[in-house]
Amino acid sequence: MSDAVRDGTGLPAGAGMAEWRDRIGRSAEYLAIPLFALIVSAALFSLFLLALGQSPGQFFQLLWVGGYGTSFSWQNTLVRSAPLIFTALCVAIPAQLGLVIIGGEGALVLGGLAAAVIALPLAGTAPPAIVLFLMLVAAVGVGAVWIGLVGLLRYGRGVNETIASLLMFYIAISILNFVVEGPLRDPASPNKPSTASIGEANMIGNVPGIDVHWGLPIGILLCVLLYLLMSRTTFGFAARVTGGNVRAAQGQGLPVGKLVVAATAIAGGCAGLAGFFEVAAIHGKANASLIAGYGFSGILVSFLARHNPLAIPPVAILFGGIAAAGGLVQRRMGLPDATMVVLQGLIFVVLLASETLYGRFRIFGGKR
Amino acid sequence: MHDDTSRPGAAGRRTFLPKLGGSGSLGGAGGFSLDRRTLLKGAAAGALVAGAGLSGIRPARASGLTIGIVYVGPRDDYGWNQAHAVAAAALKQVPGVTVIEEENVPETIAVSKSMESMIELDGANLIFATSFGYYDPYMLEMAKKFPDVQFRHAAGLWTDAAPKNAGSYFCYLDQAHYVDGIAAGLASKAGKLGFVAAKPIPTVLLNINSFTLGAKSVNPDAKVQVVFTGEWSMPVREAEATNALIDAGAEVITCHVDSPKVVIETAERRGVMTCGHNASQADLAPKGFLTGAEYKWLTIYKEFADILTTGGTLPNFVRGGYDKDYVQNTAYGAASTDLIRAACEQAKAELRAGKVIYQGPMKDNTGKEVIPAGTEHDAYDVWLEQTSFLVDGVVGSTS
Repeated sequence: MSDAVRDGTGLPAGAGMAEWRDRIGRSAEYLAIPLFALIVSAALFSLFLLALGQSPGQFFQLLWVGGYGTSFSWQNTLVRSAPLIFTALCVAIPAQLGLVIIGGEGALVLGGLAAAVIALPLAGTAPPAIVLFLMLVAAVGVGAVWIGLVGLLRYGRGVNETIASLLMFYIAISILNFVVEGPLRDPASPNKPSTASIGEANMIGNVPGIDVHWGLPIGILLCVLLYLLMSRTTFGFAARVTGGNVRAAQGQGLPVGKLVVAATAIAGGCAGLAGFFEVAAIHGKANASLIAGYGFSGILVSFLARHNPLAIPPVAILFGGIAAAGGLVQRRMGLPDATMVVLQGLIFVVLLASETLYGRFRIFGGKR
Repeated sequence: MHDDTSRPGAAGRRTFLPKLGGSGSLGGAGGFSLDRRTLLKGAAAGALVAGAGLSGIRPARASGLTIGIVYVGPRDDYGWNQAHAVAAAALKQVPGVTVIEEENVPETIAVSKSMESMIELDGANLIFATSFGYYDPYMLEMAKKFPDVQFRHAAGLWTDAAPKNAGSYFCYLDQAHYVDGIAAGLASKAGKLGFVAAKPIPTVLLNINSFTLGAKSVNPDAKVQVVFTGEWSMPVREAEATNALIDAGAEVITCHVDSPKVVIETAERRGVMTCGHNASQADLAPKGFLTGAEYKWLTIYKEFADILTTGGTLPNFVRGGYDKDYVQNTAYGAASTDLIRAACEQAKAELRAGKVIYQGPMKDNTGKEVIPAGTEHDAYDVWLEQTSFLVDGVVGSTS
């Protein structure tokens, strides 16, 4: 067996060593720079707290306790992370093609609505497994069409996808309001317009043993699958080439239009799936509670994960933890809820600023 | 169902749009490395938090009564949440009572987790869930999960079928709007009043109707023009509606939206008189403020705290208006004359004595009879909770 085969790089032995050193260096870089950015964010936030006359030590202790310190805190964190994983994927997948989609919230809302709408006539007559399956198909389908439409507009008419997806979010809210305040309004709920309940039997329930619904494991699985799709398939390669240079992609004869529509449809399907879990695991009906801002938080998560599907779950868990600890911080320190928004904003800005640091440190073998 | 809290969208947008501006400006997010190593970045994120985690988990369990209050919006919204927060602040002064609060909690699983966290980490014995959408399924589920903790929800939704450690409390704010109507009817010269309303749902319609009936009781020709914005919180549209009503000649403006701040400020700037809603907006309108319809949650909160600290059992369902001191009118503003004050005080005294506002014969604003002669619906009559009409004297339509 040759050295080249043994070290798995397909390169001669010496080159393999260098390659591996380079890889480890860059891995360390990917670990060290975000860590550094988070420490800087924490330091800046501590100054902010000191300016308010509050103790940073107490804050970070509460952040730990409320987000990760007890088994309850962990479940609290994980349950808040699940929708963020899906909505972050809605940003991350089109980002591979250089598209910035920020309207995932609209696909989430309509996906959830579609799930409820399809379940209502079936509830009580069809077996729950079939109802759930159809809900899932409806939610993913509607989400895919909704954001796929953004891709189509981008490709077909040159409409800016960022603006289109944001504006379509407002259309999605109007559709939701129209349906729950009009044709499908539950007459038993006059003061909170809502569809009727899909029934306890048709709810998807929790992962056995923990108080976290199935959205979390399925979200993580989806991240892995989409990572493989984007990194190990022709489709993913073509998508990344398109993201790198559209003209070059077109020059190579890649079907850029189809890629754009497919990627946006996948993205919309992910956001629709978030809506499915909101309805099937949490609300049991569609109403304005679907508009909880997960779609917008997902943007933040995706950017911090640098649009890498595999990095999305840990980042989502970080943000889920910050959200979970927010209540404890409010209660114990008497700080307003906006405090946590300040922390999130600081992390976002500092991490984006730290993007410029990649490849600048010799210690990481940085020659890029 | 006297509350106006079914507004989760507002919470979501308020919290997240600012971030959106930030991310939107990032533009061309090209060059997305899909290296598998990028995932390490996420691990790094987790590592920091792990690093930040110090030892020592201190549950702050107080020895006495710990009351947890959950709000859907900010505590200083000049509206629904502030009305509760004012009561919470007063409750903190009661010896032996610890009050813990969380604001901006959306009507999703987040509220379940907030309640659970208050119980698990802070040892709360009584939870006040103050937003309409917190009840089903979130508060009900928590009530089943924690049978030793008392849960009370600020709307009239509890039934015998629900857990016995849960319950409802609410206040007939429309009675205070009736008093507002009297002030507005007397203050206006031409009897032209304006009402900025969120959604045409029973609780809102009831307030519009009571305001109108109050105005008509002192000025039979009074007309209340109503504009529905369609959203609980839509400041731009609320300002537009206020301006449109003033352009149409309204002399007094009032409203039923989440936060009346924009409406009151806009009217004050235009030199038009105002009546408030939910909490005190008196300081927003130093010149034109008459009075306002306010909740007095403190009465209920104190009652409950007293019962629990003396070892009693909480009632499952409490409700009331002026008769039980559950609602109030804001202290009179500069625009209230002595005549207005006297008429309002008289109306309050009558309401405290059980005056019935909804007495037949009464017609809606399309001429249809809604209450026949000889019939009356007192404040506790559930018929009022199904209100779907606008009384004669209201200019506007529910659809």
